[in-house]
Amino acid sequence: MELQAVLMAAGGGSRMTDLTYNTPKAMLPVGNKPLIWYPLNLLERVGFEEVIIITTKEVQKMMSMDPKIKVDVKMKLDVVCIQEDGDMGTADALRHIQQKIKTDILVVSCDLITDVALHEVVDLFRAHNATLAMLMSKAHEFTETVPGQKGKKKTAEQRDFVGVDQSGQRLLFMANEADLEDGLSLRKSVIRKHPRMHIRTGLVDAHLYCLKKAVVDFLSENKSISSIRGELLPYLVRKQFSKTANYEKIKDDCEDQTQKKSSTDDEVVISSRDESLLQRAQELSCWNDHRGDMSEAYHGGKLRCYVHIMEQGLCCRVNTLAAYIEANRLAPKLFEEPAVHPSSVISERCQMGSDSIIGALCQVADKTSIKRSTIGNSTTVKEKVKIANSIIMHGVAIEEGCNIQGSVICSNAVIGRGADLKYCLVGSGQWIEPEAERTNEVIVGTDQLMEI
Amino acid sequence: SKEEKQRLRKEKKQQKKSKEKKDDKESHVSSAPPAVPAPVSNSVPASEVAVATEKPTKSKAELKAERRARQEAERATKQTKKGEPGQQGATGKPKAPPSELQPGMVKRLSEHVQVDDPDVLKKLAKKLERQQIPLRSDYGYKVSLFSHLHQYSRKAPPTQQLSIPSTVIHPAIVRLGLQYSQGIVAGSNARSVALLHAFKQVIRDYTTPPNEELSRDLIKKCLFYYMNLFPLKKFVFFLINVTYRVFFNTIIFLIFPASAKKKRFAKSKLLTSIEWYIKEKIILAATAIAHSSIEKISDGDVILVYGCSSLVNNILCEAYDKQRKFRVIVVDSRPRLEGREALRRLVQKGISCTYVLISAVSYILPEVSKVFLGAHALLANGYVMSRVGTSQIALVAKAFNVPVLVCCETYKFCERVQTDSFVSNELDDPDDLIVTRKGKTQLAGWQQVASLGLLNLVYDVTPPDFVDLVITDLGMIPCTSVPVVLRVKNVDQ
Repeated sequence: MELQAVLMAAGGGSRMTDLTYNTPKAMLPVGNKPLIWYPLNLLERVGFEEVIIITTKEVQKMMSMDPKIKVDVKMKLDVVCIQEDGDMGTADALRHIQQKIKTDILVVSCDLITDVALHEVVDLFRAHNATLAMLMSKAHEFTETVPGQKGKKKTAEQRDFVGVDQSGQRLLFMANEADLEDGLSLRKSVIRKHPRMHIRTGLVDAHLYCLKKAVVDFLSENKSISSIRGELLPYLVRKQFSKTANYEKIKDDCEDQTQKKSSTDDEVVISSRDESLLQRAQELSCWNDHRGDMSEAYHGGKLRCYVHIMEQGLCCRVNTLAAYIEANRLAPKLFEEPAVHPSSVISERCQMGSDSIIGALCQVADKTSIKRSTIGNSTTVKEKVKIANSIIMHGVAIEEGCNIQGSVICSNAVIGRGADLKYCLVGSGQWIEPEAERTNEVIVGTDQLMEI
Repeated sequence: SKEEKQRLRKEKKQQKKSKEKKDDKESHVSSAPPAVPAPVSNSVPASEVAVATEKPTKSKAELKAERRARQEAERATKQTKKGEPGQQGATGKPKAPPSELQPGMVKRLSEHVQVDDPDVLKKLAKKLERQQIPLRSDYGYKVSLFSHLHQYSRKAPPTQQLSIPSTVIHPAIVRLGLQYSQGIVAGSNARSVALLHAFKQVIRDYTTPPNEELSRDLIKKCLFYYMNLFPLKKFVFFLINVTYRVFFNTIIFLIFPASAKKKRFAKSKLLTSIEWYIKEKIILAATAIAHSSIEKISDGDVILVYGCSSLVNNILCEAYDKQRKFRVIVVDSRPRLEGREALRRLVQKGISCTYVLISAVSYILPEVSKVFLGAHALLANGYVMSRVGTSQIALVAKAFNVPVLVCCETYKFCERVQTDSFVSNELDDPDDLIVTRKGKTQLAGWQQVASLGLLNLVYDVTPPDFVDLVITDLGMIPCTSVPVVLRVKNVDQ
């Protein structure tokens, strides 16, 4: 088997707590499908037959009850549960399932919605015998107003600096702005080997990685690494250019200094038994990945990291509220599905815009107007309601005469009659009193306010 | 096997399309008696030559490409039928391979489909024909003289339609095909070594399904992977065939006499025989050739080399190590510009080099005392098949009376006969010819111009009149002795 898929679905959605305090992030509805359905669909479309899903018990329970996942997903799902309050990073999770991993892995995050041609990433991994191949995409500005946002959009998002070589495929440098206190320093060894480097900042990391099995083994030896994105990736990118005989660096990274440790630490050790034959084929081949200096292909380095940067197409990570709203706009366009679910009852005098989608078992009464909105399953919308640019999750009841604009209404909320909500976020199970007028507010229960 | 051939002929007559071509093909195929134990790989080049010559060089290119694909598919089914009866006299044929040649289909077949049923066989053969499986679609307008060859674009990789954890085709083969098509593994020796390495991995991961025999099933699997490599990469037919043929020989000779007790060790024997083959035919041969060529290099020589041949580079480096004083002129040509890599390796060693493009070869030739060329294959009539441009170098060298020495290992010798470069060749991506200078790309819209076609040939043949000596691991022979060597090798085996 060539690749095993690992889906990380245990994340808590720490940047959108208003949405996730009741529903785990993996099951948030986007375009009336649970968020986890999108990466599962991506994996299924390219031909995976089995996926290992690392998640919490709550998500597992919800997944088993969700009809969309049960019916649509034909792959075999191997769900591994971890404690949700345990402080497990993504790398810790990989260490947890190390026994199950027999070949190279493809790690996907549950909040990724994309239509990338996955073979482009995997081809880089295969063709260059890379240790890491990842996917990145050009970031798009979010245009929608985010409910509950006071003032202008803060640019508090820390930028990522990604350095690639001339071909745009080899990953040379990766650092987050938070780690660079007094400036960006580049090592001379990198510049000597790759004199032309493009450093890009407007990229979003899709959190889709192809990793060699040796990396997983390395992780199990090095228990200090707990996050793939935060620690493992920069380590691998740096290690590409460190001298293999530089054991001082290796000693810094691990406590135990036995011969075995240092050899497994150094990912130059590749488990293929015919490495010498591959090496010979490379020597005989008249191909070189760079020109202008005297060194052989790949500068003789065994550890290579590649990145595929998507210039066009959709690649969205749903980890903030703004991203969630954007995803709801864009995700339905990925699939050719009818806008109105066949089981829902829509009266004829309802004006529905073409951008809206309505979930299953809904009831929409007369004289309603629904524009550019997403309405979840089992929602009832009474007469004379105007809904524009909003996201309504499942099980919501909207009484007559409401006017909802630019808002996000979480599941099982009740909006009283005549309520006027503009750019609000109504938490799960909340009740908005009739004739309420709220603008730009986040309405959640009091018990949730205590969580910090 | 006569009965097999008759049965095959009957089946062919039952098939609907291209009946007249089938008659031609039969006569050609039957007239190419495989002198070598593995008829499979040899009938592939023979019938391809047959097909190519019988096609008229008119009419639409698309239609031809379709017909070609169909015939390749038919040939695939025929190969698998013929190959195994010829070796084992068994009747059940690997039909799973051709049907799984359509990995773009959503339905995922298991690898161990029971294929001995003759009804299943016929149905799949018909489905194959009907669906006309080209896995990769040809790209761009093909020059009419070469419309019988495939032309693929590098931007449409072969893996587009394969499932990502490729279960149908072994991942080592997918990786190999990808590396071939992207040019990461280029050069005949490198390709052979990489191919054998991939097959080693296939054998290592291979487990005999419960009700199959090791020999039959392994051959079936290897054939299947090999057939998939056909459209997956651009390749040199007979070079890979030659490698493949010998690889096959080892399987057959190993497995057939193997008793039930020894079948356990069959896999490890296969692996060691592949390693032995690489060691002897490629690595030690290179040492032997270097040893004999060094006698031909004298002090003060000016040696001209073309492109990047791993063998020639090896020779020059060894000669330099043995304290010969010479200098090298590296001739290079677009679009591959492989000479730069040769230049790098020689200069790294310390040899003083000059670099010219092929358009300057007649200017530089008065300085040259010898020409060393590498080869991809040596054909049975003495022609040398090598990188495009080699025949030009040899021609000009002949005009200047400069000796031309071709260095070639014996495993590259082939029974094929070819007198021109049209009949079978490789067409590379035509977009490689497009170059941007000073911000302007003149050929950017070449597809819109109806009368313009871009041709990027990879190989050409050099007649033996231009070659003075061939240096092989068996010694130094004239070009016309290739059939003798082949005969001697066959007798040995």
